[in-house]
Amino acid sequence: MKPAVLTGEHFINGDVACAEGAIAAGCRFFGGYPITPATEVAEHISERLPDVGGTFIQMEDEIAAMTSILGAAWTGIKTMTATSGPGFSLMMETVGLAVVTETPCVVVNVQRAGPSTGLPTQGAQADMMQVRWGSHGDYEIIAIAPSSPQEMFDLTIIAFNLSEKYRTPVFIMSDEIVGHMSEKVVIPDARKIKTVSRPKPTGRKDKFRLYKPGPDGVAPMPSIGEGYNVHVTGLTHDEKGYPVMSVDTQKEMIARLLGKIRNNLDDIIMTQEYMLEDADIVIVSYGVSARTAYTAVEEARNMGIKAGLLRLITVWPFPEQKIRELAKRVKGFVTVEINMGQICREVQRCAGIPTYLAGHAGGAIIPPDDVLNILKERF
Amino acid sequence: MTENPQNVHPLEDLVRMDRIPHIWCPGCGTGSVFASCLTAMKQTGIPYNQFAMVSGIGCSGRGAGYINIDSFHTTHGRAIPFATGIKMASPDLNVIVFSGDGDLFAIGGNHFIHAARRNMDITVICVNNLTYGMTGGQVAATTPHLAKSSTTTVGNPETPFSLPFLAYASGATYIARWTMLHARDLADSIEEALVHKGFSFIEVLSPCPVNFGRRNKEKPLDTLKKYYENTIVRNGANPAELDIDYKKGVILGKFADIDKPTHDEKYKKMYWPDEK
Repeated sequence: MKPAVLTGEHFINGDVACAEGAIAAGCRFFGGYPITPATEVAEHISERLPDVGGTFIQMEDEIAAMTSILGAAWTGIKTMTATSGPGFSLMMETVGLAVVTETPCVVVNVQRAGPSTGLPTQGAQADMMQVRWGSHGDYEIIAIAPSSPQEMFDLTIIAFNLSEKYRTPVFIMSDEIVGHMSEKVVIPDARKIKTVSRPKPTGRKDKFRLYKPGPDGVAPMPSIGEGYNVHVTGLTHDEKGYPVMSVDTQKEMIARLLGKIRNNLDDIIMTQEYMLEDADIVIVSYGVSARTAYTAVEEARNMGIKAGLLRLITVWPFPEQKIRELAKRVKGFVTVEINMGQICREVQRCAGIPTYLAGHAGGAIIPPDDVLNILKERF
Repeated sequence: MTENPQNVHPLEDLVRMDRIPHIWCPGCGTGSVFASCLTAMKQTGIPYNQFAMVSGIGCSGRGAGYINIDSFHTTHGRAIPFATGIKMASPDLNVIVFSGDGDLFAIGGNHFIHAARRNMDITVICVNNLTYGMTGGQVAATTPHLAKSSTTTVGNPETPFSLPFLAYASGATYIARWTMLHARDLADSIEEALVHKGFSFIEVLSPCPVNFGRRNKEKPLDTLKKYYENTIVRNGANPAELDIDYKKGVILGKFADIDKPTHDEKYKKMYWPDEK
C-alpha cells in the first residue's frame, strides 16, 4: 500500500497527476463513469483510493456518478468525479443540487471538442460557458484551468481546499491536451501540502441551523450520524434547511449563495502575469492555450510588439476588476482559447476596448502564429 | 402547555413536528406507508443517528422532509445514486430510500437495476400509486394498461412494469410487496428489510384518489376494498407471476430473502484483504 502523498519526481500525464492531487488533498471517494479523455483519472484513482482507505465506484452513468459524490460528501469526506463534455452535460442538474445544498465536491472536466460526441480524442476549451451557466437558475461556482500536468496536481489540491472552504462545487477545467500530456510532476513532501477541511458546527445540536452562515458567509457543515438531524433539500430553503416556497426566502437564499463567492473574490481568484508592466496589448488565456499565449508574447516582444500575458488560473469567478483596470491603460486584448470566443466575449464585456479572438472550433492547440497575426493585423 | 405522555404520538420522536401539516392529500396512502416505515425503524432498535433517509422528487419524495433524522431530498430519480454514495463512504449507516414509482422506475429506473445488481446494502421503499401524483396524474411506468391519466385521456396504450419481478431479475436480495392497508405486515417487512444485508426492495401499493382514482372511477374506499378483498398473501410466490391484476387477485408477501455478500463486503474483502 502506497502513502497518500507520493513525494518525489514523476513523469506522468495530467489525468494521473490530477488523481494524485486529489488523493494528496484528502479525497476519499470517487464516483466515476468512463469517458475519453478523462478515463485515466478514474482508472488511476480506482487503484489508489484503497491504498488510503478510500473507495471507488464506477456508476451506471454520469448522472449517478455526480450524485454519488454528493451523498458521500455528506458523510464528512472529500469526494470527486471526472468526465468530459457529454458526461458533463449529464451532470448539470446535479451541479445545481450541489450548489444549493452547499455540498463541497470537485468535478474535473477534461474537455474535448463538441457539441455532442464531437472529437472524443481531441482537445478543446469549449465548455467554459457551460461550467458557468450549465445548470438552471442563478448561481456562482469556482472553475480553475490547469496548464500542465504539474498544475493538474497542484490545482486539484487548491480545488479541494476552495470547495471545502466555501462549501461549493469546484471545477477543474482541463482539456485533452493537458490531460494526456506527460511531463515532469514534482510531488512535494506531505508536510508541505496545505489542505483545508470544511467548517464544522459547534454548540448545541438542538439549536443548530444548517445554513446559518459564519462571518465569511459560509455555514458550518455537519456529517451524517453526528446527531444534527439535518434536512437537506434542493427546494428553496430557509436557514434551518426547511423548504419555504416564498419570494423572500428565494431572494435570501440566492443572495447568500452568490455572496459567499462574490464577497471573497480576492481569496478565490488566481491569475498570473507575464510582461504586463509595460504592455499595450494584453493576451488573455487559460489552460493549455496559455502555453501558446506565452510563446506568442515572447515572439511578439522579439518583433518589437509590446504584448503581455494575463493567465487566468481561476476562470470563474471571472477576474472582471483586473480586466477593467488593464483596459484603462492598454490598446486592446486578444484571448487565446480553443473555442469560438467564450471568454473573449467576457473580456469584451468588461474591457470596452478592441478585443479579438485567437481561437478555433477545437481538436488542436492554437498555433502562436494565429496570435501573432492578430497582433500584426489589428494593432 | 405540559405534555401528557398519553397524548404524544408514539412516532413523534421520529417526525419533524415543526413541518406538520404535511402536503399529502386527503385519501393519499403515503402517510400510512411513512408511518409503517418509522414503526419499522423503531422496531429494529437501531439508534436513529445510524439511519439516513434519501428521497427523490414526488409526493412520497417528501418523506425525507418529515422524518427527524439525517435526511436528503435530492433530484428527480437520483435518490439511489445519492444513497449509494453515502453507503460507499460510510458502510455502517442504514440507508433508506423512500420514494415513488415515477421517481424510482421511470427517470430513476437505471439506477434501481444497477444498485440491485450490485447488491448495494440499502433499503428501497417504493410508494406505488400508479401515477405521477405531484404533477397532476400523468401516465407512469406503473399505470395499468387502459387506465386513464391526464396524458392518456383515452386510456394507457402501454404495459406497466411488474416491480418485484424487475427487482428479482436485477439481483435484489430481499423483495416484498404490501399495500398501505396492510400496515402491520408492511412495518414488519420493512423491519426485516432494514436488518437484511443487501439490496432490499419493498413495493407498497397506495391510493391516489385525487389524481388516479378520480379519472378511473375508483372512489377512495373502493381502492381500499380492493386492497382488502382482491389480494392474496403468498410468500415465496413466483416473481414472474406478480403482475397487478385485481380480477385474478394481486399477490402480496415476501418473494425473496437471499443471503449473498453485499457490495461493501465484497469491496472490503477484495481491496483490503488484510483487514478484519
